Amino acid sequence: MTAERTRLLAIEDDPKIQRFLIAALEANGYTLDVAATGDEGLRMAAMRVPDVIIVDLGLPDMSGLDVIRRLREWYAKPIIVLSARSLESDKVAALDLGADDYLTKPFGIGELLARLRVARRHTVPENPVPEESRIVVGVLTIDLAARRITRDGVEIHLTPIEYKLLTTLAKQRGKVLTHRQLLVAAWDNTRSDSPEYLRMYLRALRHKIEPDPARPRYLLTEVGVGYRMIDSDGVF
Amino acid sequence: MAVKGTDQRPDPDALLARMKDEDARRERGRLKIFFGAAPGVGKSYAMLEAARKLKESHTDVVVGYVELHGRAETEALLSGSEILPPQRLEYRGIVLNEFDLDAALKRAPRVILIDELAHSNHPGARHPKRWMDIEELLEAGIDVCTTVNVQHLESLNDVIAQITGVHVRETVPDKVFDAADEVELVDLPPDDLLQRMQEGKVYIEAKVGHALESFFRKGNLIALRQLALRATADRVDTSMRDYRRTHDIERTWPAGERVMVCVGPDPLSIRLVRSARRLATALHADWLAVYMETPRLARLSVIERDRVLQTLKLAESLGGETANLSGESVAADLLDYARQRNVSKIIIGKPARPRWRDRFNPTLVDEIIRNSGDIDVFVITGERGATTSAPPRLPQRSSKWPAYAKSVGVIVLTTMLCALLNKHVERTNLIMLYLLATVLVAISFGRGPSVLASVLSVLLFDFLFVSPIYSFAVTDVEYLITFAVMLATGLIISNLMARGRRQAFVARQRERRSGELYALSRELAQSRNIAELGAILSRHVLASIDGQAAVLLPDSEGLLQDPSHFCARGNASANQARYPVPGNDLGIAQWAYDHRQKAGLATDTLASADAIYLPLQAQRGCIGVFGLRPRDRRQLDIPEQAHLVESLVSQTAVAMERVQLVQNAQTAGVEAESEKLRSLLLSSISHDFRTPLASIIGAATTLLDDSAAGISPSRRRDLLQGLHDEAARLHRLVDNLLELTRLSSGPIRLKREWVSMQELVGAVLHRHRETLESRTIELEVSDHLPMVYCDEVMIWQVLSNLVDNAYKHAPGAAIRVSAHVCRGELWVSVADKGPGLPPGDAQRLFDKFHRGREEGAQSGFGLGLAICKAVVEAHDGRIEARNLPEGGAEFSFSLPLVAQPEIPT
Repeated sequence: MTAERTRLLAIEDDPKIQRFLIAALEANGYTLDVAATGDEGLRMAAMRVPDVIIVDLGLPDMSGLDVIRRLREWYAKPIIVLSARSLESDKVAALDLGADDYLTKPFGIGELLARLRVARRHTVPENPVPEESRIVVGVLTIDLAARRITRDGVEIHLTPIEYKLLTTLAKQRGKVLTHRQLLVAAWDNTRSDSPEYLRMYLRALRHKIEPDPARPRYLLTEVGVGYRMIDSDGVF
Repeated sequence: MAVKGTDQRPDPDALLARMKDEDARRERGRLKIFFGAAPGVGKSYAMLEAARKLKESHTDVVVGYVELHGRAETEALLSGSEILPPQRLEYRGIVLNEFDLDAALKRAPRVILIDELAHSNHPGARHPKRWMDIEELLEAGIDVCTTVNVQHLESLNDVIAQITGVHVRETVPDKVFDAADEVELVDLPPDDLLQRMQEGKVYIEAKVGHALESFFRKGNLIALRQLALRATADRVDTSMRDYRRTHDIERTWPAGERVMVCVGPDPLSIRLVRSARRLATALHADWLAVYMETPRLARLSVIERDRVLQTLKLAESLGGETANLSGESVAADLLDYARQRNVSKIIIGKPARPRWRDRFNPTLVDEIIRNSGDIDVFVITGERGATTSAPPRLPQRSSKWPAYAKSVGVIVLTTMLCALLNKHVERTNLIMLYLLATVLVAISFGRGPSVLASVLSVLLFDFLFVSPIYSFAVTDVEYLITFAVMLATGLIISNLMARGRRQAFVARQRERRSGELYALSRELAQSRNIAELGAILSRHVLASIDGQAAVLLPDSEGLLQDPSHFCARGNASANQARYPVPGNDLGIAQWAYDHRQKAGLATDTLASADAIYLPLQAQRGCIGVFGLRPRDRRQLDIPEQAHLVESLVSQTAVAMERVQLVQNAQTAGVEAESEKLRSLLLSSISHDFRTPLASIIGAATTLLDDSAAGISPSRRRDLLQGLHDEAARLHRLVDNLLELTRLSSGPIRLKREWVSMQELVGAVLHRHRETLESRTIELEVSDHLPMVYCDEVMIWQVLSNLVDNAYKHAPGAAIRVSAHVCRGELWVSVADKGPGLPPGDAQRLFDKFHRGREEGAQSGFGLGLAICKAVVEAHDGRIEARNLPEGGAEFSFSLPLVAQPEIPT
């Protein structure tokens, strides 16, 4: 985190949740602005250009999805979505529109803080630093420069598609990626309507990288949405 | 009765023991054939004798049909037996007795006796042949005893005709004989038989008396006896065949022999097919009959075409595979196909034709022998005169006068061009122009016009440009050569073109057939509606067979309904005249539906109908019947055409099943039960909601109270924790309630995807990782489970609920999650080592608001299982609960497995 306090914007209409967000986030060192409607949120976002925007999908004046769509026309920093349960399709739509992550209501503050940390890390910094060339997740080491994957120091051989999937997930670890996003990343959009391919490849991939593929520790399934690779601090 | 020796008699004890032994496991009835060399050897007697002994041992035996022929001995055996009355069919004013299949099926005895397997039924019976009646009885699980003579066996038919000079028309396919569970030879030496004849003990039908007299010559009888003995010996016994069958399955690249017979339009082909079958049987080999369709053969007369179709049909009925090939070079293509199919022996007929022709044009036989390599070639000679068939009648050509007129036009234009150039160029170059014109005509208009063009060119050129001009006299002999060359060139090119065109036509035909299948599958994949799928099928079938088509679907009782969608070629809309399905035809369709077999035109069942009915047979049952009434019934006789229709139908059936599964899932939603639900809901909610709310409000007011300052930090933390836990419990309850309301409020919409159960189990365990931390979790989930086509989120919810239940109801105990495949379903179980289920009906657990233990501390239990049940049933699965013998409860649910998606490469 930069020396300056991270500025957040929450677009959320429920005053109780607003209050809880303000109390919890300010206590954790964030500066939080709150907008109660989509319209107001868009205006405040343009004025203050926050570092992360939190959007509730159920807003009184417009759909949260529309808010994301309009934000993404110009806003490149992380967007986190809040949604009610049982609306997996909405989450997928939000992620596909460019949201970075989502939280299902009700959620604990611990979860929100973890998501914010991940989001912050993936924000493009003001002064670009060279892209990381080595990613370590648990016992797994991914050497992007040498295209080498090791588990407990033992090299693992991956097919080109498996490698692509793993690196895509690893580069954005902690973040959920939808089926579609992964399909596009691995197959350049040609197979984007057949998630069964993805499942088969992930099964194979888990076999290679997970100590116990039946109870995965690194590559997690977000049921109905997509996949997530755990962050190195093991929050997820 | 002069049956020699006791060893041929059935041993009633053994028979009885075997029948009892197999009672439990059999589904299909057993077929026992009493087999004889000639009429009068005592087959019926032996059969009735066996039946009598069965009856003595209290087996339920019924006599279905026996020809007594007035024999007293036989009749005596019948006394005391239950005899099924024959059905009486009226045919052209004569009343005929016939075996009553429906009555037999209704009576459903354990064993039924039916004489004369080879009998042809009278018109009006369900099947044309008695052996088909028997097939149906066997299918219904009834044992059948029957009799047959050796001359009725299809594959021996022509051999016997050669020996005896009597052609027997009633034949039984060898597959029936081969498939019999038991064949008992009733043997009688010829001398004894002849003696019995003289004593008048053998019945001979008066009208065929003379023919049969010559049939009963001693020489014939010896030969027939030999054939019968051999046929019995050849019959590999059941266990041996079973062994071979399993052996065959394992053998991917057949190491054994394979016989291929090449058939053509000549009558000799029938003999070739029979020879092939005999050779194949002797070698225990597969065999196939191949018809090579060359462009010349494509122009066969109707009679010849019919003969080819009959030959191929015969080959199929004898158990052979058939194939139609097409191509230009018969020998090379046949050999290619033979190598491709791993054929070891080829059988071909030797055509009868003058030797001089061989000099110029090697016969097919020569060519095949020369190039056959390591394949043995058997050449079979036709009988003299047998090959003389009706001369091929060329199909009527449509008038081609426009083509002739155009070719004249081309030549006239050429002539004008030549006239212009005459002064400036050599005459030899002018003839080149004419040559070019002739070639163009040959390419565009075919042979006739090209000949006309050649002649015209030669005449005009001679008349106009060769001196003496304006006369046909030719002074220079060299021009004669030019003319000849021009004529020949025209003819050669036009022939080449014609041949190319025909070949292209044949290729197009085959291409169209395979394209048809591909196009169908693509269209089917896009439709989500059964009626629409039916229309697609009809359209595709009608594209290759002109006529009318309809898909008949059953109502809830399984009775087929008059179709509402019907099609004729080029018009797939439903607004035209109704597809006429008369009551009788609907009956045929119903039969096809009930028996899962094709019926009607060009089939073995009720072939007199003018339409064919094919069941839409899919994996889990029959969806309906496809009816097709071709404009020309011969279209269905072409095996390839029939196969195409069948594969189109089966492909559609699979698609329909898929759609039906989805529809079932939508209608299988939880029934409203609104009254009951409402009252239960109220009483349940009041309890389930009040308990957590009471603790929340209690804890919150305590903390807010002025006296809160006096609470110790640890107690304060306890209260807050309680606040959090109760809120979480309320959250779960609301979730479940919402979920159930959603599921109950209408058809469940499933968002099906290919899902890996291993992955789902992993995700559920991850989700519950915090609560499950203290528990032992045993996982029995294989890596190699097939994928399931289901709603991922909903099934995740089911599994999650079950794991949650196991956690809550078996405190401290280990939890086992397992998944395995059983009978086409994937079963997932969650078991605990806790106290087990309370006594009572386990299935009631899944009712809404049912609680394992009254007023338990754990709320929401009742809703959770009700949700599981609704979701699983929406997926056409089952959910069960039981107590394990080793203690603890197990909840399992199943999901049907469907064809797996393609493995990505």
